[in-house]
Amino acid sequence: MSELVLLRHRETPNLENLSVYREHGGFAAFRKAVTELQPDAILQEVKNSGLRGRGGAGFPTGMKWSFLPKDVFPRYVVANADESEPGTFKDREIMDKNPFQFLEGLMIAAYAVQANAAYVYLRGEFWQIARKLDRKIAELEKAGLLGFKLMGTDYSLHVYTHLGAGAYICGEETALLESLEGKLGQPRLRPPFPATAGLYGKPTVINNVETLANLPPIIEKGSAWYRTIGTEKSPGTKIFCLSGHVNRPGNYELALGANTFRQLIYDLGGGVPGGRKVKLIMPAGASSGLIAATDEALDTPMDYESVNALGTPLGSASVIVMDETVSVDWLVKKTVRFFNHESCGKCTPCREGTYWMHHIAERIHAGEARLEDIDLLDNVARQIQGKCLCALGEFSTMAVRSGIQQFRADFEARVGR
Amino acid sequence: MNALQQKYSTEITQVLGKYPPDQKRSAVMPLLYIAQRETGYITKQGLEEIAEILEITPTEVGTIVGFYTLYHDRPGGKYRVQVCTDLACALRGADDFLARICANLGVKVGETTADGLVTIEEVTCLAGCDRAPMFQVQTVEEISYHENETVESALDYIEGLRRAEGTREVSR
Repeated sequence: MSELVLLRHRETPNLENLSVYREHGGFAAFRKAVTELQPDAILQEVKNSGLRGRGGAGFPTGMKWSFLPKDVFPRYVVANADESEPGTFKDREIMDKNPFQFLEGLMIAAYAVQANAAYVYLRGEFWQIARKLDRKIAELEKAGLLGFKLMGTDYSLHVYTHLGAGAYICGEETALLESLEGKLGQPRLRPPFPATAGLYGKPTVINNVETLANLPPIIEKGSAWYRTIGTEKSPGTKIFCLSGHVNRPGNYELALGANTFRQLIYDLGGGVPGGRKVKLIMPAGASSGLIAATDEALDTPMDYESVNALGTPLGSASVIVMDETVSVDWLVKKTVRFFNHESCGKCTPCREGTYWMHHIAERIHAGEARLEDIDLLDNVARQIQGKCLCALGEFSTMAVRSGIQQFRADFEARVGR
Repeated sequence: MNALQQKYSTEITQVLGKYPPDQKRSAVMPLLYIAQRETGYITKQGLEEIAEILEITPTEVGTIVGFYTLYHDRPGGKYRVQVCTDLACALRGADDFLARICANLGVKVGETTADGLVTIEEVTCLAGCDRAPMFQVQTVEEISYHENETVESALDYIEGLRRAEGTREVSR
């Protein structure tokens, strides 16, 4: 186990209290940023740290910030707290148990791009967490850490929460912006990217909760320290959400690349119930391709590059484990039902494709399909790929295509009887 | 000033204050939550009142109700028990969990118990995968999470709601 950078509340009781958080160095980084550092110096430090977006795409955070056009104001920072990927439950723990580290990160990001307003877009189901964050924000205003002309400078910052209302697609950053503007959560055509025309058409940075929670320690301890954790290309720690057929599911914060899937599942997760064998894993939730649990796969270190080499991205590191009792045709039925439900309806290939994949997969699982329906399912998935505005369409095909390719026998066993 | 505005004037002013003055439309989602408090779903009157406050059309407000799952356009139980049956929860028995709750209550998914108290709904991932089977309960006031549940604990919870509300056990 590596040291805890994000889930520090697990070793520091009551870290969610402002006084305790401050006793443990809280808001020193934000104070240093606002009173001592130029915004560009923070940007450079974050770039040097090599921090990559923790929402799933893994895009370098500093680079994302650097795309903002010079001298265009106002600007906005939005925290993506829409955490909705099946298998993902890390941002919820951060916001619930270590809320100030997240808020401080958001505040540092806002200062770095000179935004005077920041929004936290939470999925509607996080109602209780939103109320908690509202209380924490009010405490920060009272303590002079949020508001007008902070710490004797000219910099002002206000933070607001905004509750979604149940739509996976709003985790996609342009759909999130549409939703925040009071419209349907449907993705925008890009370019322009949010960095140039985001919220209300203004330059906007959108970062995931876990990404933002990394910023206070990076500013406080420096990028060189940060780079001592993790690998050259994947620095830092990552929270791995472990679920499915394991004895000890939960969040595990680990240095990137320091552990293999086998260590996560067996050493940390306590292995599979009943001592059964792992059949496959999905490393990035329902959006993930399937990885057959070969020795080679199980012994792969969990960092962005190594997992990618197995044929599917690490994404949000939501590791769903499935044992040999799982039939892949059932799994696919589950994932396509989800994407069919969550497709926003904007792009025809996704709207219609997820509908048909759902129906074909149900037919296969019910034993009512013919052998050629397996290829039909694969064919529909193939026709979605590369034809949609956002990644949801693509995500919906991952389990389908990799499932049929690697576990075709599971599908064949259901048809033609 | 319409009825919604009159009843919740302080709260609505506070909500509008979160967004730039020329971007009032951003408040449509928080205002829908406020309007939903009245009857548990969004009425035609609610659509019209929100539209008037935000200077958009009732149709535009209506599309938002239709798009997002936590807004309802018809009456349901006072407590909406929303069970996640997505992949990770299903691997921990969520499908069977939901089926047995429904059987015990004598309702199908989407239906409301005869006493009008509880609607059972099947929903997508709630970010509680490690503590499945789990459900959330949506009321007009709040949403609460219930995790690491069993069929028995879930039914006990529902029974507790009935006792608190003074309604009779109808079928079990």
